Amino acid sequence: MNGSKPNTDIGIFAAFNALLLRDLRVYFRSRGTWLNPLVFVLMVITLFTLGIGPDPSALSTHASGIIWVVALLGIMLSLDALFRADFDDGSLEQLLLSPQPLYLAVLAKVLAHWVITGLPIVLASPLYSLMLGIPANAIAFLALGLLLGSGILSFIGAIGASLTVSLRSGGLLIALLTLPLYVPVIIFGSQFVQSAIEGWPLMPTLSMLLGLLIGAIVLAPIAIIGGLRLSQDS
Amino acid sequence: MSIFLSTEASNHSTQTHISDEPSLVLDSVSCERGERLLVECLSMSLAAGQGVRIEGPNGSGKTTLLRVLAGLSQQYSGAVRWCGEDIRQARAVLAADTLYIGHLAGVKALLTPLENLAWWVSLHIPSLDPLSKESLLNALTQVGLQRFANTPCHQLSAGQQRRIALARLYLSQHRLWILDEPFTAIDTDGVALLEQRIAEHLAQGNMAIITTHQAMQIEGFSSYCLDKVEQKEGGGQ
Repeated sequence: MNGSKPNTDIGIFAAFNALLLRDLRVYFRSRGTWLNPLVFVLMVITLFTLGIGPDPSALSTHASGIIWVVALLGIMLSLDALFRADFDDGSLEQLLLSPQPLYLAVLAKVLAHWVITGLPIVLASPLYSLMLGIPANAIAFLALGLLLGSGILSFIGAIGASLTVSLRSGGLLIALLTLPLYVPVIIFGSQFVQSAIEGWPLMPTLSMLLGLLIGAIVLAPIAIIGGLRLSQDS
Repeated sequence: MSIFLSTEASNHSTQTHISDEPSLVLDSVSCERGERLLVECLSMSLAAGQGVRIEGPNGSGKTTLLRVLAGLSQQYSGAVRWCGEDIRQARAVLAADTLYIGHLAGVKALLTPLENLAWWVSLHIPSLDPLSKESLLNALTQVGLQRFANTPCHQLSAGQQRRIALARLYLSQHRLWILDEPFTAIDTDGVALLEQRIAEHLAQGNMAIITTHQAMQIEGFSSYCLDKVEQKEGGGQ
C-alpha cells in the first residue's frame, strides 16, 4: 500500500512554503485585501474618539476594550475572503485532492491571511493607542497581546469561513458562528492590557492567551479541514 | 514507475482483480444531487491501460459521478475501490494516484501561468521541485503558452486559462486521470494534441475517465452513457 504513495517527506515543507508564498503573492497583488481591515480599524477608533469626546481620562478607561473589539471586528470582516476566491476558481478542489497533508496547507493559508490582516493591525497599534490615550509604558504590552490575540482570532474565524464558503453570502453567518468563540479572547486580551496599564501581574492573562493561541493552532485546522470538505458536497 | 507499469499492463491487461495492479472498481454506486437520483446502481471496472468516456445529456450526473470518483464528494452510496481499497478509507492513496481537472480550472487570475503551475506541482507532484522552471516551461510549451509564461492570467483568454490547467497533463505521472469536459474552450489543434497525450497516457498502462460532448478518437476507450435523465426526473415527481 505504501508503495503507491509518493515520497512526500521531502515535499511537505516545500509545499508549505509554496502555499504560503503563493497566498501572500495573491494578497499583495490585490491590495484591498490587506489595507481594508487596517483602514477599518483606524476609522472606527477615530469614530470612538469623536463619539466619546476629547476627555483623555474617559477615553483611556475604555481604551483596551475598544481596541480589542475593533480589532476583532476588523479581522472577522476580512475572513469571508479567506477561502472564497479559492472556492470560486477551483483552487480549493485541487488543494483538497492533494496527497500532501492538508493540515499544513490549511496552516499556511491561515498564516498568510494573518500576515496580511492581523499583523498590520498589530503593527499599527502604537498609533491608535496614542489616539485613545493609553499610557506609553503599556503600548508594548498591548501590541504583544494583540499579536497573540489576532492569531487566535484568525484561526477561530477560519473555522467559520470554511463552514460558510459554499454559501453565496456567508458574511453575517460567520459572525454568528465565531463571535461566541471569541469571548475568551476578548476577556483575556483586554484584561492583559488593563493589567499592563494598572501595573497588575501580567503572567496569568499572558499564559491564558498563549494557551489559547497554541490550542487554536493545533485544533482549528482539523475543524477547518472538515468544513472545507463539507463545502465540496453542497 | 510508469515504464514498469506499461510492461505489466500489456501482460495482464485482461485480468482486473490482481490487487497490485491499479484498478478502479465501482460497486453499485448511486449518487444524488438535491432530491434527484442521478446515477443509479452503476457498476463498472477499469483496468490498467483502459479509458472510459462518460456520456449523457446535460444534467445527467456526469460531473457528480466524476467528483465522487475523484474523492471530492461523499454524497453517494455503494462503494468505489481503488486498487482494492475503498476510497472512503484510502483517501491518501487515491489522492496520490489521481489527477482531477474539473469545470473550474483552479487557476488564479492574479498569478502567472508559471506561478500557477508551480503551486500545483508543489501540491501534487512532491517528487518534482516546484522551483525548477525547466519542466514547468516545458509543460507550458506543450500547450502553446511559452510566450505567456510570465503574463498575469487575467490578461489571457478563457481557452488559454484552460490550457494552463491542461498543462498539468504534461507534468503528471498519476495513474488515473479524471477529466471533466477537458476540451471546453480549446481549439481544434489543441484538442488533437490533448487526444494524443491521453492516448500516450493509456499506452503507458494508466487509466482515464473523461466526459466530453465532442467527438473523440482515442483507442482503448469504452463509453458509458448516463442517459436516463428524463425517466428519473419523471419518476421523482
